[in-house]
Amino acid sequence: MQELTITRHNELIDPLLHIWSWQIPVYLFLGGLVAGIMIISGYFVLQGRYKNTTFSTFYLPHIALVLLSFGMFALFLDLEHKLYFWRLFMTFQISAPMSWGSWLLMIVFPALWVNTLIRIPEPFQGKIPLFDRWSAALNEHPNVIKNIGILNMLLGTLLGMYTGVLLSSFGARPLWNSAMLWMLFLVSGLSAAAAFVHLITTDDYERELLAKADNAFLTLELFVFGGFISGLLTNSRVHHEAVRLLLDGPYAPVFWVLVIGLGIVVPLVVQVLAVNHKVKHTPVAPILVLLGGLTLRFVIVYAGQFSHWT
Amino acid sequence: MARFGMVIDTVRCVGCMDCVVACKTENNVPEGFNRDWIAYDVSGSYPTPHMEIRSERCNHCDNPPCVSCCPTGASHVHDVGGVVLVDHDKCIGCKGCIAACPYGARFIHPDGYADKCTFCIHRVEQGQDPACVAVCPTHCMHFGDLDDPNSEVSQLLASRKHHVLMPDAGTKPRIFYLT
Amino acid sequence: MSSFSRRKFLKISAATVTVASGAAAFAKAPSAPEKPSKRAAKGIQRIPTYCDICFWKCGAIATVKDGKLWKVEGNPEDPLSRGRLCPRGTGGVGAHFDPDRLRRPLIRRSDRGREEWQEVSWDEAFAYIAKKMHAIKQNYGPEAVALFAHGIGGAFLKHTLKAYGTPNITAPSFAQCRGPRDAGFWLTYGEEVGSPERTDIKNAQCLVLIGSHLGENMHNSQVQEFADAVGNGATIIVADPRFSVAASKAKHYLPIKPGTDLALLLAWMHVLVTEGLYNKEYVAKHGFGFEQFAASLAPYTPEWAYPETGIAPDTIRATAREMARYQPATLVHPGRHSTWYGDDAQRSRAVALLNALLGSWGSKGGFYAPASMDVPGFPYPPYPKSEKGKVDNPGNRYPFAHEPITTGIREATITGKPYPVKGWFVYATNLIQALPNEAETIKAIQNLDLLVVVDVIPNEIAGWADVVLPEAVYLERYDDLNVELFREPFVALRQPVVDAPDDQKPNWWMAKRLAEVMGLGQYYPWKDIEEYLNHRLTAAGLSFDELKAKGIIRGAPQPIFADEGAPLTFDTPSGKIEFFSPQLQAAGFDPVPVYTKHPEPPAGAFRLLFGRAPVHSFSRTQSNRILSDMMAENEVWINEDVAQRLELKSGDYVRLKNQDNVVSLPIRVKATQRIRPDCVYMVHGFGHTARGLKHAFGKGASDSQLITRYATDPLMGGTGMNINFVTLEPEATRG
Ligand SMILES: Nc1nc2c(c(=O)[nH]1)N[C@H]1C(S)=C(S)[C@@H](COP(=O)(O)OP(=O)(O)OC[C@H]3O[C@@H](n4cnc5c(=O)[nH]c(N)nc54)[C@H](O)[C@@H]3O)O[C@H]1N2
Ligand SMILES: Nc1nc2c(c(=O)[nH]1)N[C@H]1C(S)=C(S)[C@@H](COP(=O)(O)OP(=O)(O)OC[C@H]3O[C@@H](n4cnc5c(=O)[nH]c(N)nc54)[C@H](O)[C@@H]3O)O[C@H]1N2
Ligand code: SF4
Ligand code: SF4
Ligand code: SF4
Ligand code: SF4
Ligand code: SF4
Ligand SMILES: [Mo]
Repeated sequence: MQELTITRHNELIDPLLHIWSWQIPVYLFLGGLVAGIMIISGYFVLQGRYKNTTFSTFYLPHIALVLLSFGMFALFLDLEHKLYFWRLFMTFQISAPMSWGSWLLMIVFPALWVNTLIRIPEPFQGKIPLFDRWSAALNEHPNVIKNIGILNMLLGTLLGMYTGVLLSSFGARPLWNSAMLWMLFLVSGLSAAAAFVHLITTDDYERELLAKADNAFLTLELFVFGGFISGLLTNSRVHHEAVRLLLDGPYAPVFWVLVIGLGIVVPLVVQVLAVNHKVKHTPVAPILVLLGGLTLRFVIVYAGQFSHWT
Repeated sequence: MARFGMVIDTVRCVGCMDCVVACKTENNVPEGFNRDWIAYDVSGSYPTPHMEIRSERCNHCDNPPCVSCCPTGASHVHDVGGVVLVDHDKCIGCKGCIAACPYGARFIHPDGYADKCTFCIHRVEQGQDPACVAVCPTHCMHFGDLDDPNSEVSQLLASRKHHVLMPDAGTKPRIFYLT
Repeated sequence: MSSFSRRKFLKISAATVTVASGAAAFAKAPSAPEKPSKRAAKGIQRIPTYCDICFWKCGAIATVKDGKLWKVEGNPEDPLSRGRLCPRGTGGVGAHFDPDRLRRPLIRRSDRGREEWQEVSWDEAFAYIAKKMHAIKQNYGPEAVALFAHGIGGAFLKHTLKAYGTPNITAPSFAQCRGPRDAGFWLTYGEEVGSPERTDIKNAQCLVLIGSHLGENMHNSQVQEFADAVGNGATIIVADPRFSVAASKAKHYLPIKPGTDLALLLAWMHVLVTEGLYNKEYVAKHGFGFEQFAASLAPYTPEWAYPETGIAPDTIRATAREMARYQPATLVHPGRHSTWYGDDAQRSRAVALLNALLGSWGSKGGFYAPASMDVPGFPYPPYPKSEKGKVDNPGNRYPFAHEPITTGIREATITGKPYPVKGWFVYATNLIQALPNEAETIKAIQNLDLLVVVDVIPNEIAGWADVVLPEAVYLERYDDLNVELFREPFVALRQPVVDAPDDQKPNWWMAKRLAEVMGLGQYYPWKDIEEYLNHRLTAAGLSFDELKAKGIIRGAPQPIFADEGAPLTFDTPSGKIEFFSPQLQAAGFDPVPVYTKHPEPPAGAFRLLFGRAPVHSFSRTQSNRILSDMMAENEVWINEDVAQRLELKSGDYVRLKNQDNVVSLPIRVKATQRIRPDCVYMVHGFGHTARGLKHAFGKGASDSQLITRYATDPLMGGTGMNINFVTLEPEATRG
């Protein structure tokens, strides 16, 4: 028998840690989504698709900028000392992933923006002459455009990893103590981005390609999950107890039904059928993937806060 | 350089919470928040239970994850005694340090910044004991320099059995409990 | 205030003013309470005083920062606190800042208990009271006004009421607290244990605690000394149905069945006597009637005690031998709140006798002989003599009640016998929670022509008052000197540290003003309390200025143990320690303690036990924001296995229902391994129903409410309150 009574009652901590609510999972999800978008649009830049379509190189990065701004706004909403926000950018703390993240975001914004200059669609040409001039200059240097693609893919990868590394750096939360977490979030971000593009693109080639890619990402995600879970299960007792929160604890229903079932397995099956032309492409699978990705962030953030040392 | 720590004798402690009350008044800790607290740790079952009572607070860890995760440098290790402190004016209230602390030692002050035990550095720098140590009616708390082998805390650690909280979390806490 | 009530109020005051004017003719308004300019000063000031969150009266030093109260710490000069206050004393700051405090005098404007008030001026309040008191005196005599006053703050009101002519002055500290213990020791040694208790805990090598839950009971010096004893490796023996904090420090924890302590005590004494382990020399020298006593122990073998107490014979023998091993430095703690089962004075006598067998009375590590300073009282004119005598104990029904019995006065107020009681003055005691059976208290109140309550917060008792007088809290006032009987003589001063925030006044001012309004001004020959204190101190050869600066003046230490030269004499009829008590025999009681069984809870019910939490004092601190932050509500402790059977877990809310179908407010369950399965436990003082206590209202449940039954001790009239049984009813709405 163990009976522990603690007289402390600090808001946000007791009886259970709940310092982060919807803002952080939303931020992590949007961050992951944008990361995936950057990788995809960077890839399309490398593929030279900007030459025949403006969707993936103009509209997509713009959408990403908006999504990322929303994400950052959610993060801002979470801060308790909002007026001191600028303090983040008065320093660089080498040991703090959050500091790395803040600066990373500072680079991501211009990188995404530069992407949008590669090819300005006709309706927008002549609106801001300066941008037109820069776009023209870029197009004179195909190598630079390639590098922009590479830069977007690279930053996207870093951003996707960051969302996971941020959590896994918290040694005090056993559920997050997994080297697989960055992979999980990266792959989930990619799959969400693929689903997102799939959902909104008007280009059949892109849709087909991304549906296939998403199937690969979703399959990969299942394997990463396997690694994540078995890693924690075989770690110390506290880690074991932490992952049990997902497996058969209070978070199990959401985890199994929404994240694994409806978020991965069902859309995977639907999309496998779709790419094999057994069924038509519908928005169902990508929407499920997106919701699954969002729920994943919620579950990991909430259950992670629930998990603790003893 | 000094390395401050506490040695708390659980044999004497009666869990009266005077240390908690004293911290409240000394440091104006707002209603509804605590920098220190009591844990009544009962094992075994009636009629032969065992109970260890501990006065707990920030452990001023040698390896403080709350400092390493802080994106603004607000959480820092003070030059005097290696005390872990928060600079209110640098803190953005991201709560990372709260998630990083396995002991639940930190909270968000109603004014928006992360707050926690300061080891009463304002008193210690004037040669006084922290408020909780000075008030304890059972004299079970001891504060001092762990690096000085002649200090009371070092002597107690050398002569008595002791443990720290969550040693496996890897934080190297500097509050020791005599048993 | 509505315009209607305003008009009504004006009518009342107009009427009272005319009545009071006669008395007011010789009533010079006393000077306003001192407002030294020093208190508005910038920077840090440290002002010594003494604490009033309980009756231990620890010396304290308050720190004021820029005119605002910051903290209160122990005065290192003070032998009681040894420089460290208990958590309640440290949190005393919250009493000053409590936003729910009474602010202005109030006069009731509707039915009693409705808590509907009219704010009035002090003069109007006094005039109203004076008028009523004159009427009561005229119709029933001055004895018909009783004063309930708990704590040193009541000193001046007592003086005023004695001057008025009543002998009926009482406090719950006797018949609801230490009365049985004091009677038991007084019958045995001819002396009481006193408060602070004369126990030499710090030097005890073996300390036996029977229910005394030191560490939760935070009487400061005792707890400090308890920690010293534990730290010194003393053998601690604790008998308690609950695994108390003290039990967690014990070498021997005896999970005794509630109500059977006398059986354990008798069995221990049986072992000591039959095994010849007692202190023969001491007993031979100081004892009276030992043979009869020893013979009476014959049936009380450990085997006999086992089924009664649940404590195994081996354990009883082992612990008795351990006590013998360390004698005379074995202290069987006399307890304090000893009104448990109605045979408490006899149980306390058994404790006294066990100590006598161990020779601890007068010995180091046992009971010391306390010393005090000689500070003469103020030379007042003699009080009027009462012809009727006291009302609380007619016909000396309780022959060994050496202090007035609160519940006796209550009974007389209800029955009108031996004579009617028509007015109550209540100073610093929340009678609704302090006395058992709330219904009887309310019934008595309904018989009154006048109920005046002097308090600092609108507690339950204030809710029933006709007039409520708001007092300044201890940090805002002077009080009488604390001339303590303790290990060493000392005198301590309570002085104001900060100003009262509103129109609250110190008790001395109220008592003096009231006396003047009633035409008793000759009993207050001093101008203000500083003059009074100065007079007393000068008469004792001490300096008021020094005391103001230091808070404490210590006298020369005196020998306190017999082997140091302290006298070991006994003020009993035989002049010895009375193992066999002819006094008791003559009064028709058992001359040696005899065990009787107490009823046990019926199946499915639990005995209701209660006690202290370290961070609260009775029912007086729940609205102190600092202390309530430590513990905002009480919990009902229930054995975890039993809880499981009842499908309850920690954090669930239940209501407690007692044998008389009284149902408590919702209270949170604490399912724990720290209590026997046959009882439940809760901390006293919660479950406030007074609406003015905005913060504490409805938090937790009140043990007092459930104590509808009490067993009156035939020796001294104490009210045993541990005889109520409850069941638990799940509460769906919270949790
Ligand atoms: N059910 C039950 N009853 C008990 C007990 C129990 O444990 N359970 N314990 C018993 C014991 S041991 C005792 S000693 C008594 C204690 O009984 P009381 O002394 O009556 O204790 P409280 O209930 O705290 O009531 C004290 C009142 O004084 C007020 N007060 C506080 N400070 C001041 C002040 O400075 N000035 C004035 N004018 N008023 C002030 C408080 O607001 C409160 O209303 O109760 C006894 N009754
Ligand atoms: N923090 C704090 N400290 C206080 C006070 C306060 O209000 N707050 N009040 C002070 C005052 S005036 C008093 S009188 C004291 C009271 O404190 P004490 O005299 O120490 O204790 P009690 O209130 O009599 O008893 C409570 C303990 O007795 C146990 N008990 C109950 N029934 C039995 C039984 O049948 N047998 C045995 N052996 N044990 C039993 C309970 O489990 C509990 O541990 O506390 C003083 N100290
Ligand atoms: S003040 Fe001392 S005895 Fe009381 S709880 Fe704190 S450490 Fe323990
Ligand atoms: S106890 Fe927590 S807050 Fe304190 S130093 Fe260690 S990790 Fe940081
Ligand atoms: S809450 Fe403040 S102190 Fe804590 S990590 Fe964030 S910025 Fe640093
Ligand atoms: S050292 Fe000071 S700040 Fe820390 S818990 Fe003790 S009193 Fe509070
Ligand atoms: S024991 Fe505590 S509450 Fe009582 S007088 Fe002393 S410090 Fe004050
Ligand atoms: Mo008491």
